[in-house]
Amino acid sequence: MGKQRTAVLGTGQTHHRAKRTDVSMPGLLREAVDRAMADAQVDWPDIDAVVLGKAPDLFEGVMMPELFLADALGANGKPLLRVHTAGSVGGSTALVAASLVQAGVHRRVLTVAFEKQSESNAMWALSILPPFQMPVGAGAGGYFAPHVRSYIRRSGAPEHVGAIVAAKDRRNGALNPFAHLRQPDITVESVRASQMLWDPIRYDETCPSSDGACAMVLGDETAGDAVPGGAAWIHATAMRTEPTTFAGRDQVNPQAGKDAAAALWREAGITDPLSQVDTAEIYVPFSWFEPMWLENLGFMPEGEGWKLTEAGETALGGRLPVNPSGGVLSSNPIGASGMLRFSEAAKQVMGRAGDYQVDGARTALGHAYGGGSQFFAMWVVGAAKP
Amino acid sequence: MNAAATETSEAPEAPLSAPLNVGFDYTRSVGPVLGRFVNALRERRIVGVRGSDGRVHVPPVEYDPLTAQPLTEFTDVADEGTVVSWSWVAEPLDAQPVQRPFAWALIRLDGADTCLLHAVDAGSPDNIHTGMRVRARWADEPVGHIRDIACFTGPDSPAGPAPTAPPPPVAERAEGEPVSTVITPIHLRYLHSASPEESRYLRGLAEGKLIAQRCPACHKVYIPPRGACPTDGVPTTDEVELPDTGIVTTFCIVNVPFLGQRLTPPYVAAYILLDGADIPFLHLVLGCEASEVRMGMRVRAAWKPREQWSTTLENIGHFEPTGEPDAPYESYAHHL
Amino acid sequence: MNDVAVVGFAQAPAVRRTHATTNGVEMLVPIFAEVFEQTGLSKTDIGFWCSGSSDYLAGRAFSFIAAVDAIGAFPPIHESHVEMDAAWALYEAWLKIRMGEVDTALVYGFGKSSAGQLRRVLALQLDPYVLAPLWPDSIGIAGLQARLGIEAGLWSEKDLAEVAARNRRDARDNPFAQLSGDVDAAALLDTPYVADPLRAHDIAPVTDGAAVVVLASAERARDIVERPAVITGIEHRVDSPALGTRDLTRSPSTEAAGRAAGADASVEIAELHAPFTHQELIVRDALGLGDGVRVNPSGGTLTGNPMFSAGLIRIGEAARQILAGNARRTLAHATSGPALQQNLVAVLEKG
Repeated sequence: MGKQRTAVLGTGQTHHRAKRTDVSMPGLLREAVDRAMADAQVDWPDIDAVVLGKAPDLFEGVMMPELFLADALGANGKPLLRVHTAGSVGGSTALVAASLVQAGVHRRVLTVAFEKQSESNAMWALSILPPFQMPVGAGAGGYFAPHVRSYIRRSGAPEHVGAIVAAKDRRNGALNPFAHLRQPDITVESVRASQMLWDPIRYDETCPSSDGACAMVLGDETAGDAVPGGAAWIHATAMRTEPTTFAGRDQVNPQAGKDAAAALWREAGITDPLSQVDTAEIYVPFSWFEPMWLENLGFMPEGEGWKLTEAGETALGGRLPVNPSGGVLSSNPIGASGMLRFSEAAKQVMGRAGDYQVDGARTALGHAYGGGSQFFAMWVVGAAKP
Repeated sequence: MNAAATETSEAPEAPLSAPLNVGFDYTRSVGPVLGRFVNALRERRIVGVRGSDGRVHVPPVEYDPLTAQPLTEFTDVADEGTVVSWSWVAEPLDAQPVQRPFAWALIRLDGADTCLLHAVDAGSPDNIHTGMRVRARWADEPVGHIRDIACFTGPDSPAGPAPTAPPPPVAERAEGEPVSTVITPIHLRYLHSASPEESRYLRGLAEGKLIAQRCPACHKVYIPPRGACPTDGVPTTDEVELPDTGIVTTFCIVNVPFLGQRLTPPYVAAYILLDGADIPFLHLVLGCEASEVRMGMRVRAAWKPREQWSTTLENIGHFEPTGEPDAPYESYAHHL
Repeated sequence: MNDVAVVGFAQAPAVRRTHATTNGVEMLVPIFAEVFEQTGLSKTDIGFWCSGSSDYLAGRAFSFIAAVDAIGAFPPIHESHVEMDAAWALYEAWLKIRMGEVDTALVYGFGKSSAGQLRRVLALQLDPYVLAPLWPDSIGIAGLQARLGIEAGLWSEKDLAEVAARNRRDARDNPFAQLSGDVDAAALLDTPYVADPLRAHDIAPVTDGAAVVVLASAERARDIVERPAVITGIEHRVDSPALGTRDLTRSPSTEAAGRAAGADASVEIAELHAPFTHQELIVRDALGLGDGVRVNPSGGTLTGNPMFSAGLIRIGEAARQILAGNARRTLAHATSGPALQQNLVAVLEKG
């Protein structure tokens, strides 16, 4: 008896905002959890285990917050796991939760990821400088901007491609009632006119800082079969890691991402991702990462990801709508951002994506990455059973 | 943050270590249930919440520990009660509420069914016992924070208020609005250690040298040297002294100010690949307009005056253009 | 589903302070080499890697990232991390082998507690609104729990001293232990309180350390070692964080996990993760371990408490007894959080 079929039974998320000062951390989580459980039509006794993910504990100033959240997560007397794999954590958390069902240990698992960035300041937490180091770091934007420059140099992409992504994702976000930034009137020109923060990354090409949470209920085949309208079935999962820095490391097109994608497509039986995948929720915290990840994931040959973006094929109605929910550029509760990608992919194949539903979506990718583009987590979900 | 390098070990070649202080005043929105609790504290009242089993929880819990359902039935309890258990703190730690020897106690307040954990200013372990009656000593100016209860006292507690940790900062709010956010300062002190390999390099810097090491397995030259070569998992070993010249592989221009920033924007944060190294490190490029910095640009270290040198890469104030022709893209493309 | 076995275990010496960095590399490099030597495997044979560690122990975000350097993680690896004791990382790895995704896994945990003030740092595990702002230290919390049991007549200070003395004596045979010695309980009882009702011997030392365990499918395990330690049950549970609502003299989560994992009086040896003497008694009781069960022959956590690997070490020690042919059925327990809030139990048998 091998890996058991596993499905997404329901999803939920919070309204993401810069500061959700109306709720506590338990209240924030429960907003997502209660929606996911209602969507999945389950109650607390149906839940066998809880898996929680979030990014660094320093963001909220709570060491291993899953411990104090056990009451709010209905976890008392149950197994509770806490995952932390940097920015990819929302994705890895979903994969650990899936493992519990795939391994035949549990029938239904609740998985939750969150970040309440307004408790502190992520730029501060990410720029804490250990002794002896040069104080050159400038948060995630400062870290990734040089690699975006390398991509532009390497691919010869025109300078406005980043702005195309930003305008598209923010307009998509305007269709998503939960999105933090909802900017229906944003244009490529207005993005290009916004302030340069970490040259070559502009203000409008940068993800916001959000408070938010995402939750899903995963279940076994019997539970998946019972989902009205159909569950989102997990067809493949993959995780890969490489070191942050090493001699000769390709920071633009990291091998760990390529390896994860290759393993993912193989398991899903996908030989031509661009044709066989209907929509993709890809972790794009800075606009240029859309073309970069299109190449890394194998949707486009190396150096040509930007061509798909420039041709408008990643917009809603295009050949491969990317981030129809608005993506990380519209909402970024860091620890939850990866799980949002995974759950938005599930919503698409369940036909529950509302105003940003991709017509006829049967197969979708959820993707997350973290650290210095070194941790990758991804899944393929489908409307049909694998 | 204090990155001043201090050698704490007597052996000259022991790894270097230095203090790392991490502090932030966390702003915590409390939500409706804890909000009720902290706003009552401001009025020197204590409220609990009734759980699904009928027990009154103090402090209130937002979700029932048995059923996970939200709890909403509030009830006032007394500000006095009974010690259910206690332990003695002979030497209070930073920021603990009583700054002289005191007891932690689980206290069941009159009207509550669960216990509140707080400090009892008992003076001596002889002055506290299980079953003892204690009463809240309120802060002079309650602000809506658990520290509004300065501590509890018993019949034999020392006279006069105990020395306390400084009160927490108070979150701003509009006149007449209830408290919705509490502030909790979290300040921690660590001793950060460099690896033996990195220490060798840092001591080299103190002498104006750039000491790299080669991985014995892959033969790549790492600067700083590594406790483990990231591709081979073995410490780097053979020492190589590198020149202070190299190229910019890639870079960004930081225009954004942020909390804790040590440099004034705008500045160019660049990956510098020293001649002879197989891996770049991040540093600053000055000495030309930011807009003139290019990938492949040749640069040289601009060292600070020797008397300012210590065991840090900050001895190099920045890198600046040498004026030599740029390196061809192909020569560094595999370092991007 | 595949059975899973422990086939290798190594640990760094438990010491009060190392010169190592907080990313664990210096402690991990030699013990990775040691388990590869033990098992004849190399890094390319490992299907899945999983670790446990804490940013708050190191004092900075993403402190676990550099630890993968110790692996030499290129070409890229299939890897994950829990912000928990590595016993829970082992649980995640167990899932991966069980479902047949991989047939080997390497699990590691590390922590440099000496970098900060451990008992103060651990206050940040408490409710951040009404408890952590008071900075209740981990020793103070344990003291409240210990007194409840003393005054309820569940254990005495003498019982606690006997637990300490037995662990110290057993640790004499453990080259990795931080504390050991031939002490008698009466002498320990003559020492002053550190945090009344706790004396120094009741409290695990502050320890820097790391550990690694190699898992394999039961089928693969037979090719690797003569006597693999097959995990016949592994379960974990959590209790409410609300200290004032719990009966702190019991551990329902340990009891439930033990029952589900198949813990019973037939285990010969039990390695229990008890950072305080009274907690060994609580766990022992929750698991129903009778007098016939040898508890903590390694000296247990009271003689060396490397945070985030101490639980994994219990599994490693319980497995080692089988791998070495000393026992046929052993039990390991790991704990996490204040006052035994979260607990994991594994039962191992000779394969």
